[in-house]
Amino acid sequence: MSAALADPLVALVGNPNCGKTALFNLLTGSRQKIANYAGVTVERKEGRLRTRAGGQIRVLDLPGAYSLRPRTPDEQITCDFVLGRLPDEPRPDVVVAVVDGTNLRRHLRLVLALKRLGQPVVVALNMVDLARRRGLPIDAAALGRELGLPVVETIGIRAGGAQALLEHLEREHAAPEPGSASRPLSASRAVSLDEAASIAADMASVAADQQEVERILGRLGLDGVPADTPSDRIDRVVLHPLAGPLILGVTMFLMFQAVFAWAQPFMQAITALIAALAALVGAALPAGLLQSLLVDGVLAGAGSVLVFLPQIVLLFAFILVLEDSGYLPRAAFLLDRLMGSVGLSGRSFIPLLSSFACAVPGILAARTIPNARDRIVTILIAPLMTCSARLPVYTLLIGTFVPARTVGPGVGLQGLVLFALYAAGVGGAFAVAWLLKRLRGANALHPLQMELPTYHVPSLRNLGIGLVQRVEVFVRRVGTIILALMVLLWFLSSFPVAPAGYPGPAIEYSLAGRLGSLLAVVFAPIGFNWQISIALVPGMAAREVVVGALGTVYSLSATGRDVAGQVAPLIARAWSLSTALALLAWYVFAPQCLSTLVAARRETNSWRYPALMAAYQFALAYAAAGLTYHLSRWWLGPA
Amino acid sequence: MGREAADMAERLAEIGFLPGERVRLLARALFGEPLAVRVGSDTFALRRAEAACVRVVRVEPDEDGRR
Repeated sequence: MSAALADPLVALVGNPNCGKTALFNLLTGSRQKIANYAGVTVERKEGRLRTRAGGQIRVLDLPGAYSLRPRTPDEQITCDFVLGRLPDEPRPDVVVAVVDGTNLRRHLRLVLALKRLGQPVVVALNMVDLARRRGLPIDAAALGRELGLPVVETIGIRAGGAQALLEHLEREHAAPEPGSASRPLSASRAVSLDEAASIAADMASVAADQQEVERILGRLGLDGVPADTPSDRIDRVVLHPLAGPLILGVTMFLMFQAVFAWAQPFMQAITALIAALAALVGAALPAGLLQSLLVDGVLAGAGSVLVFLPQIVLLFAFILVLEDSGYLPRAAFLLDRLMGSVGLSGRSFIPLLSSFACAVPGILAARTIPNARDRIVTILIAPLMTCSARLPVYTLLIGTFVPARTVGPGVGLQGLVLFALYAAGVGGAFAVAWLLKRLRGANALHPLQMELPTYHVPSLRNLGIGLVQRVEVFVRRVGTIILALMVLLWFLSSFPVAPAGYPGPAIEYSLAGRLGSLLAVVFAPIGFNWQISIALVPGMAAREVVVGALGTVYSLSATGRDVAGQVAPLIARAWSLSTALALLAWYVFAPQCLSTLVAARRETNSWRYPALMAAYQFALAYAAAGLTYHLSRWWLGPA
Repeated sequence: MGREAADMAERLAEIGFLPGERVRLLARALFGEPLAVRVGSDTFALRRAEAACVRVVRVEPDEDGRR
């Protein structure tokens, strides 16, 4: 056995939303995502903890589970692991049962079930600070005596908040030297696998555990029924049948207005910086291939995508605050009925909302949906939620073609159009879900069973970490995949070099120009010229690339050097309004994102659904763009 | 009770809808569904079909202790 495998294995197990991942981050120094709703973690995550004695402990963060009888794919992961059903993974040496100190009644039942499995269990009494503030005097030592298990207090969201747990693990379970075997705790008391499975499946024990929990809470003086909490008072407004939907609508609307309005000064600054760089490079280097690569490929391509960083930061700031506050499950509550009318449940809301960032985590988050059919439909429609990669495309086109004027007090037309595009995506998703319901039939019973967690004031630290991560991801994307694609596209657009005396721009003679002309046969009926057609191709790998690709293609098509690096004025001259609107409509349904298709393949275990996804989205996008193009030409005239 | 309804009832028990627990209806969405239900110190959103799996008796608001 290798040294790494001999290191003790600690698993964090508990009900959803009790702070397992926050503790995991504290123990291992990781920065996994945390938020205030059930089902943030849907995969197992492994990290390492170095003890002061120099040993190592493997720490596993597992998805939350309400019991050891799994109902959803994410719970299955946790149960399989705890029960030792995975062939190539040993059962954990120690189970850290994480409990929410403000809600012992539910969380302790799982602790009792874990205890019966016979493995060493240590209880991490999390959120003790919140519990104390709410007047719940929890005596950890007394709780430990009643449970017959060691109990340590933790505060997952505070630096050093896992100190007591860390010390306990070091003292009791760490190997004395790196590589040597840990105390043989797991060998002696753990029940066999078959026994474990039957213990986990025993339904009668739930009621018995409930009585035991009542007894313990009674002994500790914690058996009172909580009075009206601040959360309840907020919920009376937020969940109000009339005020609730209104608040939700206004929040979403303001979000898109702000994304557009607040980002403008920052975007202009970045644009100016890139233009200055392009001018500098243009002046410093002689006209030629190297100058063209840097100006047309790197700056006009990757640079024009980087401009959208402020908007993406703003969008994520809003999403992170909503996630951290506990509002998201409320939004799901308000929309449940609407989702029910197309055969889904509110459980699909959070995966769909995550898809506004990117469809890939959205598709993963669908693991929290208990119903298999609902899960597939959610995965199929997730890419219709406008992901942040499409934001640059929308912004470029809206900023260029929609006049910046107000249509009401504080309501900008550009922000309104952006909101409408997002709404069109959501509307399309509902229509597809409805159609699938009609075609395949829906199950009669759709359980919701969604936890509405206590509201928290969003943590600035958490927001900061989340934003820094998003900026890193975006800049890395621009610096790697987008830059590489742009250089490749520049290459294809520059070679073969047109012979001297070639009439028209040299790019028409290049590989990309010829490929574009071929594709234009397909796309001309919906108003796309060959430059757009060619830009759509690298957009399959990363959608933001479309913006950069247009930058490169038009920059190379332009005759003068003065316009380099500025996409907007180029397309403003080259396109009719109808073409711009058609491209916007295309991107509402924008199909063909390779990473999304791969994620759908992995999560559904078949190519059937990704193929269906790509096909229906292509059809929808083509139809929507064509309809928009011809209707707007008829309306506006073929200008 | 069908298999799905039985499954639903089991799940409800696991999240805390157990004999003797106090439940309180906190909110009801437009058109009567879903419901926000307090059980123990938790709030769960349930659809009507789920809530129908829970048998309740009315207790007076000021009456302390459990049924």
